[in-house]
Amino acid sequence: MFDSFLALLKRDLLLALRRRSDIFTVLFFFIIVVSIFPLGISFEKAVLQKIAPGVVWVAALLASTLALERIFANDYADGTLEQMLLTPQPLSVLVFAKTLAHWLLTGLPLVLIAPLAGLQYHLSASTIGTLMLVLLIGTPILSMIGAIGAALTLGLRGGGILVSLLVLPLYIPVLVYGSGAIEAAMQGDVSLQPYYLLLLAFLLLALVFTPLATAASLRISVE
Amino acid sequence: MAINWFKYSSPSSFYPLAGKMIPVFMTLAIVLIMGGLYWGFFETPDVLSDQKQYYRIIYVHVASAWMAMWLYVVMVAWAVLGLIFNTRMSYMMASATAITGAIMTALSLWTGAFWGQTSWGTWWDWDPRMTSQLILLFLYIGYIALQSAIEDNRRSDRASAVLAMVGLAIVPVIYYSINCPDPNECASLHQESSLKRVESNILIAMLVVTAGFWMYCFAVILMRVRNIILLRESHTQWVERLEVKK
Repeated sequence: MFDSFLALLKRDLLLALRRRSDIFTVLFFFIIVVSIFPLGISFEKAVLQKIAPGVVWVAALLASTLALERIFANDYADGTLEQMLLTPQPLSVLVFAKTLAHWLLTGLPLVLIAPLAGLQYHLSASTIGTLMLVLLIGTPILSMIGAIGAALTLGLRGGGILVSLLVLPLYIPVLVYGSGAIEAAMQGDVSLQPYYLLLLAFLLLALVFTPLATAASLRISVE
Repeated sequence: MAINWFKYSSPSSFYPLAGKMIPVFMTLAIVLIMGGLYWGFFETPDVLSDQKQYYRIIYVHVASAWMAMWLYVVMVAWAVLGLIFNTRMSYMMASATAITGAIMTALSLWTGAFWGQTSWGTWWDWDPRMTSQLILLFLYIGYIALQSAIEDNRRSDRASAVLAMVGLAIVPVIYYSINCPDPNECASLHQESSLKRVESNILIAMLVVTAGFWMYCFAVILMRVRNIILLRESHTQWVERLEVKK
């Protein structure tokens, strides 16, 4: 079981690394969205600092929904997914491997590029640390909840826009606490621990339940 | 005596039953809503705390907001029944409920906006209850959108059922996060329902109108489900015979 998990993880990573442009489109989407907000709102330092947590998180949400379609679409198109459904391995484990690979390719780069956004918005070094940490905890949740949406809309016309309609409302708790933590870090004297604990609690819940829900959705969609 | 629990899970036997139930629910709805509104308009004080006559929108507002939340649970219940027993009727009920639920949510937001404009001087405020109601509307819309995007009925039924279940599982978390965006101060947060403080006449009128709204929702859901049955079963013989009879 673990072998198949690792094999699938490796395969997905390898496939993506052979076509690196896919990774960079998501990354640049994030950077562009973050960069055009100041152009539309204001260049004032105080304003930018005020909107930074929300803007960075919303950009991360959009970038992650944009990439969702790719989790299963290619495998569905060439029939690989059907073979995965037929293997004796538990589907939820395979799904989890695919979701993890997806996060490593789209979520993790966002975490690593986040300091750049932090600099654009004049955030202090410690706030940038918090920003990276909450993104590190939060983006896997986005990938995992998003995988359910991707599985449900598999192969549908206009699936990309539909999937954002389905999953964006479900992302709200991550958005609220993710940006709340950054705001609290900017104030300085507030304890950040509750934010981390709540986000980690979501992460654990998502780890347990979303692979099962995604597997069930895939079975419905591929049938 | 053995009861056949699944007798009405077949569209052909549910269709006439629904037809018989609609007039009953509709009559009850009209009587209860008219009665409740009469009581609410003429037998209650003209002032509620610092609000004048305009507080009376409460009868429509609260009833529709409650229906919006309950119907989501009803919808998920039908969807789960469908997933468990694989009965087509349950899915049809779920999708019929979704539309009424979405309409009720929109109605509560709309009446709430008018009430807010008269009493607080603003159409919208990011108050936790209003925000959660707005998110609820999004969840309904997601469900309806997914269902209408998939052409194969069997897949669309089951996919939207899974979505509804996931939605219901996350709703408490969303609700919590909206109510308490700052976890450091959550201990002090306690949003109290004002039901107990309301005068009994207003409360009675409100509950009667709500009961009427329930009946109305049952009636329109059954009407809609009859349409869905006809649409999906149009190729069957019993629907053809229905045509001939008329």
